Parts: sequence; C-alpha cells; structure tokens
Amino acid sequence: MLSTIEFTLNGKKVGVTADPMKRLLDVLRGDFGLTGTKEGCGEGECGACSVLKDGLLVTSCLVPIGACGGADIVTIEGLSETARGKCLAEAFADGGAVQCGFCIPGMVMAANYLLMHNPHPTEEEIRLGISGNLCRCTGYDLIVESIKLASQRGEGLWK
Amino acid sequence: MTKEISDPVRRYDAIDKCTGKQKYLGDMHFPGALYARMVRSTIARGKILAIHLPEMPQGYDFVSYKDIPGKNELWMIQKDWKCFAEHDVRYVGETIGLLCGPDKEMLDDLLSQVKIDYEEETPAITIEEGLACKGGAFVGKDNLFCEMTTRSGEDIDKVFARADRVFEETYRTGFQEHVNLEPQSCCATMEQGRYVVYASSQCPFYIRKSIAGLLNLKPEDIDVRQTMTGGAFGAKEHFPDVLAGPCLVACHKLQKPVELVFDRKEETAFTVKRHPSRTTIKTALDKQGNILGMDIDVVYNVGGYLSCSFVVLQRGVFHATGCYRIPATRIHGRGVATNTFPSDAFRGFGAPQTLFAIERHMCHLADMLGVEPLEFKRRYLIRQGDMTNTEGHINERVMLPEMIRQITEASDYERKAREYKPSCGRGIGLSLYNHGGAFTGNGEQVLIKAKCDLHKMADGRVEILCGQTEMGQGFHTAARKIAAHTLGIPFEKIVFENIDTDRVQDSGPTAASRSTQIAGRLIQQAAEQMKPRYDKEEDFTVHVEYQHPEGFPWDQEHWKGDAYIAYGWGAAVVEVEVDPLTYEVKTVGIWVSHDVGHPIDRLILRGQANGGVMQSLGYAAMEVMENKGGKFRQKSLADYIIPCSMDFPMMQTFLVDNPYPYGPYGAKGAGELVFNGADAAFTEAVSKAIGKPICEIPIPPETIEGLMHAQHD
Repeated sequence: MLSTIEFTLNGKKVGVTADPMKRLLDVLRGDFGLTGTKEGCGEGECGACSVLKDGLLVTSCLVPIGACGGADIVTIEGLSETARGKCLAEAFADGGAVQCGFCIPGMVMAANYLLMHNPHPTEEEIRLGISGNLCRCTGYDLIVESIKLASQRGEGLWK
Repeated sequence: MTKEISDPVRRYDAIDKCTGKQKYLGDMHFPGALYARMVRSTIARGKILAIHLPEMPQGYDFVSYKDIPGKNELWMIQKDWKCFAEHDVRYVGETIGLLCGPDKEMLDDLLSQVKIDYEEETPAITIEEGLACKGGAFVGKDNLFCEMTTRSGEDIDKVFARADRVFEETYRTGFQEHVNLEPQSCCATMEQGRYVVYASSQCPFYIRKSIAGLLNLKPEDIDVRQTMTGGAFGAKEHFPDVLAGPCLVACHKLQKPVELVFDRKEETAFTVKRHPSRTTIKTALDKQGNILGMDIDVVYNVGGYLSCSFVVLQRGVFHATGCYRIPATRIHGRGVATNTFPSDAFRGFGAPQTLFAIERHMCHLADMLGVEPLEFKRRYLIRQGDMTNTEGHINERVMLPEMIRQITEASDYERKAREYKPSCGRGIGLSLYNHGGAFTGNGEQVLIKAKCDLHKMADGRVEILCGQTEMGQGFHTAARKIAAHTLGIPFEKIVFENIDTDRVQDSGPTAASRSTQIAGRLIQQAAEQMKPRYDKEEDFTVHVEYQHPEGFPWDQEHWKGDAYIAYGWGAAVVEVEVDPLTYEVKTVGIWVSHDVGHPIDRLILRGQANGGVMQSLGYAAMEVMENKGGKFRQKSLADYIIPCSMDFPMMQTFLVDNPYPYGPYGAKGAGELVFNGADAAFTEAVSKAIGKPICEIPIPPETIEGLMHAQHD
C-alpha cells in the first residue's frame, strides 16, 4: 500500500509516494538523492544516518516514512548551508576530526544537536553527546576537541 | 611552503566529508545497474548436492561458477580462493552464486527461496581442531597452509639443556572484526568496450590481477577505479577481490553493470577477520634469572582459504621477540586450515598477536622473578646494532628509553606501579612494541618494484600518479604535502585523484605501513627531479622507480637477515580501575609515545595514534567475536561492541624525532605500529588490578569475573 507523505525537507515542502514502512534513510537517499546521510549499520547503533526530525536527533534507518507526515526534517545537506553547519565543518577540518569520513555527517549532526541544547559543553558532555555515533578511525579525541573548537568559534550561533 | 613539513595542514578531503558532499560507492549511480546478492554456504563444511532456485522473474538471473569462461580462481598471493564454490564448501559464508536483478527487495525475496542440499561433513573450527585434523584434513595431509621456523644465536636445544629453569606459558588472542564503517562495495561495468570495476579498495592493482583470469583477460585489460574508501584497516586489501570477481563474471554474463554493496550483518558474518592466535613461549633462564633463550611456537587460525595468511604469519614470527634482545631463539610458526571464514589482513598484520604474547610473557617472567616489569624489560631493551631473531640487525637508533621516560613521567608510572598493590582494584601497565615498515626483507625490491609518475600540467598544477589509496588514513594529504614542500609550491596546486589503474603507475599496495615510507619517498624523489624543470617547461612527466638501499641482506629461503630495514617503535601506559561488583573496567589514563621517524603531519599522526590505540584497546577490552559450529555468534554492531566516545578517556600522545634516512623527510611507516601495543598495557593494568595473571584477550567483564572467582576458590 503506497501513501503520499508530505513533509518539510531542509526547509522546503516536499512529498513522496511510498510504502509507509519505507525507511526515512532510503527516502532521503533514494527519492531525494541526499546521500550525505549514510547507512553504517541499519539498526540504530552507529549513528551514521542521523538527521533532525522536528528538532530531535534520530537515526533515519529506524524511522518509517509513514511517521514523517508534516515533520520537519533536516539532513547534513541542509545543515551545511547554515552558519552552524559551516562552523562545524570548518572546526572539524581544522581540528583533524576527519579521517575516512563515513561517520562524519552523522557526527556533525550530533554535534549540532548537542550545541543546540548546550552551547558550551564540557569534554564529558561532548563525549556523552556523540556517544550514539560510532567512529572506527579517530578514537574520538580529535572529534571531541573539534566540537569544543566549534563551540568557541561559534559564540552566539547556538545561543 | 617554507614551514616545517610536520606542521599540520587542513586535509584536502575534510570539508566535503563534513558536508555530506563526498560520495562513496553506495552513493553513486550506475545507469542501468543490476543489484546483486550473494548466495552463500550455510554450512561450515560439506558437499553441494543440489541448488534449487526459485523461478526467476524477467530480468533476474543466477550466476555461478558455470558462468566463468576462464579459471575459477582469485589470484591473491596464491590461487587457492575460488570465485564461486563448485562442489565443496569450506566455511559458512563461502560464495556459491550471485543473484542479480533490478530490485533489491525482489532480490531479498528470491534469496530467501534459494535452497541448497548439502552433504554435511564435520568441521574443524578452533586451532586445536584444525591441528588435530578434525573431520579429516582438507589442506594437504596436516591442515597446515603454511609453516616456518627461524633460528638465531646458539642452538636452542643446547641452550635449554644448560638452563637452570624453564618458564613456559601459552597466550591467546581472538577474532577481531575490522568494522570499516563504509561497507565492502563494488560495481563491475563496461565502458567503451572495456571492463571497468569500481571498488572501495586499498589495492586496486590487486583486484585487476586477482580477477582477470576469470574472463581469460590480462590484468591490464581491466580498469579498476577506486572510489573514496570509508575505512579499511586491511579488510579492503584482498577481500574486495571476493566481491569484484563475482561482479565481473555477472557483468560479463548479463552485459550490464552489476553492483554489490554489503550491509552490516554481511560485514559481520561474511567478511574476513583478524587471525585468532595461540602462542607458546618457553624461556630458558640461568641461576640468576637471566634469559638465555626462547623457544616459541606460534599458530594462527587461517580459516578456509590462505589469502595472505603466510605473510601475516611471517610478520607474526618476526615480531615474536618484540622489543627485546634475546640471545638465542627458535620460532616455529604454523597457519592452520579451519572451517571458519578466512582470516586476513588487519592493521598490524600478524604482529599484534605475538607482541601481545611476548609482552605478557615478559611481565609474568618479571613477576616470577620478583622484579618490577618495566625494570625487567629495560634489561633486555633492544638497541641499535643488536641481533634480531632472524640474525639481522637493528639499523636505527632505538629511542625506547626516551619514549619510556616521556610516558612514565606523564603518567607517574613508577610511583603508581609501586603503590598499587596487586588486587587493590587499581592497576597500571606498560607495554613496548614495534612494527617493521614496508614489505618483509627485499620484498619491495623483488615483489613490488614500486613506480611513480609526477605530471606537471600547463596551468602549473602537479598531479601525483601512483597507486596508493586514501582510505581515511590521510596519505593523499601527506603525499600532497611532500610534493608541495619539495617543489616549493602551494599544497592546493597538487592533484591526487582516487586511483584509476589505467591512469597511474603501480606503486604497490596500500598496506604494510609502506605508503609514506616507500611511495612518499618516490614522490619526494620525483618532485626533486621536477623542481629544476618546473618553471621552464609547461607539460611534462617525471618517472621514478624504487631503488632498494644497499647493505640490508635478506635470505627469504632461510629467513635470515634484516627482515625490515627499519621499525616504528611504540610505548604505552594504561591505568585502570576494576569495579569489584560489576567487573567493569574503567580506563582512567592512556599515555603513548611513538617513533615514526620524522612525521609528515603531526595532526594526522595524532589521529592515527588515537584511532589505532583505541582499536587495540577495543581488541583487548570488549571486542568479543566467537565462532560456534562455523558461525560467528556476534551478528551486528548491537552485539559486536566497539569503543564509543564514552569508553576511554582522552589520550596523551607523544612523538620522538628520529629521522629515517630512506624515508621522505625522515618519515617511517606509522599506520599499523599504533595498533600494536595498547592491548598489552591494558591487559597488564587489569591483571595488576585484580591480582591475577591474564594470558588471553579479549577480557570483557564476564572473563574478569571468572578470573576473580578463580582467585576466591
């Protein structure tokens, strides 16, 4: 059974006709070509597919599109157009947070979500904030430091 | 670029990766491509009697060994691994066929309907079962894929005959899954009458060599294009051949692009792992407790096919005496065939297993002799000019004393080691480790023969044309720095695309910690040759080839001489607290120091050290992967647990500067070294905290509980 689901994607009204059980991840990647959202595990463990849904950080592999009617979805592509996204990207690049990069879009989404709620996090709070995002390359230290750097450089961006 | 080469630059790939613009294979669109699903063996050992396929809808097909026009073999090191199983299967997950078609869900549905009749045979799963030829040998008469013995110093039997006492222990390590976050991915297609294979790969030249024979082609008849590789750690050294072969055969049969991307469950269940190991070390001591010699037996669980396991075993053997000067040695290594998914390359490549063993052994020897472990290790620290276990020599200055000073001062090791009493719940451990850079012995000269081109374009940009891949480790940034620094032009003027085997020279695999040390040096040499012509000529190419330095003899037949020209060196201290009720280990401090010669980029190095040390701590602390009856019990990231950001504290990392004369700007290999030792430091810390010897990793809380209860009994 196909349904038509309308929602807001990176600030634009969009609609998709799909099986309501289709994963938001597949809709984003397949129907909208937004491949910045990655599939690392397909069961909500790794965080590579993280997006914002109505202001909450969710793993899009666990969200059926049928649950997204009227929702406001922001992906890494949308975030990257904002001052917050740019600040995080610059800080990650300067801080050496990026290696293979596969976890990084999700990591940036999680960092943004953390800073939205806590613009000046401690190291402990940053570690907790990205604990749902697995990275196999970096050992996390440089990601933690880069988020710290973004929170300093982005004074006022996250209030 | 006049600043010091080690000063960090921003990685060329960072912003695209942070904004989601970077495409990996699964993000690409191949017009007209069919998707593929592997049909795999569900039993560990037996004969295929019949394959029952469901009725195939229009546009769907099943591809098997019968569709191979050439030879059904993948040419890795040898040609033992089949592209598709024919009559026998050796392990759960062995490729039997490829289902191809336009819709992924339909493919899953068809896959669930494939039924295979087998005649099951008794599998051998563990090292012991493999050695005992359980179910009958399936490799040779003894199930040994490979075997070797090295000797150094006085005849070991004579040494043991005059020993005052002998100390013997056996050490074990488990499977480890790479968890490259981007899964294995491949697409075989035809473009302008040529086969083109896109792959997430460390070694595109390996792929074309491995799969060409399937279609009776020569390697150069296939163009392999590496796509941005999202982590590899060895999993994408030879294993991509296992995807590329079937995809190529299917593309040939169906005359359409065929795309195969694994999901995480497939990654966990049906890809290569680190070799489980069993190492027994027997040490002869004199009356005063001095080490006279060591007799070491190393066995690695190879699984169903050989792949590169003999080379892994060799590295294990050559690293079996670690950072110590042992007057006489005999090291016997065996790679045993079992009915598990084949073990293969994984960061460290055989060295971590034996280094773990020798580090545990030295600590336990010290305990037995009543000496503080570091104090005991210092007595045997290997130095420049000392003999190795292949009767070669350590050629470089060994800076371990300085490295030990750095991390023991920073961690307050000596006070803590003195004050934390055994089984007090707190412990601190130190480990020493090394890693021989590049291919063993004269392999770079005899086997690899690396080549590299540097091309100056009319607009002033310079393109690096060699085969080293970027997989996250930062080599394409390091290589750009080397070229830019040497030419004296901006970093942004250097071009280094993902590897296309039609366009670049074969500079050998991106493996063995050889990229910076070997290819980086070639890039430097090419840039030096280009520099005087750079301003005068518009469009030209400089070609360079690897020249092996003189004076490092190696006899591959007898395993004698300098197994490596140079080593990277490492030292780690880990401090832990063990909860006496939950048996959970809290790591409270990590201090590491590495000698990688002169680093090309300090920030990249710190990232490598953090990541490698973390992977090693995961290996020791939590990454449990068990094989029961041929199947891995852990199915996904929900039960195969890798470290998250909360599991370990910020590390303190140190470097020492020790320029290597044959590397670019003094650099040596680094990528694997950083994996090789934190596991042993962690294990020693836990061992001290609970007051029990530990000879096996991983040690999750359940294992620690068992060890502590053994104490109470």
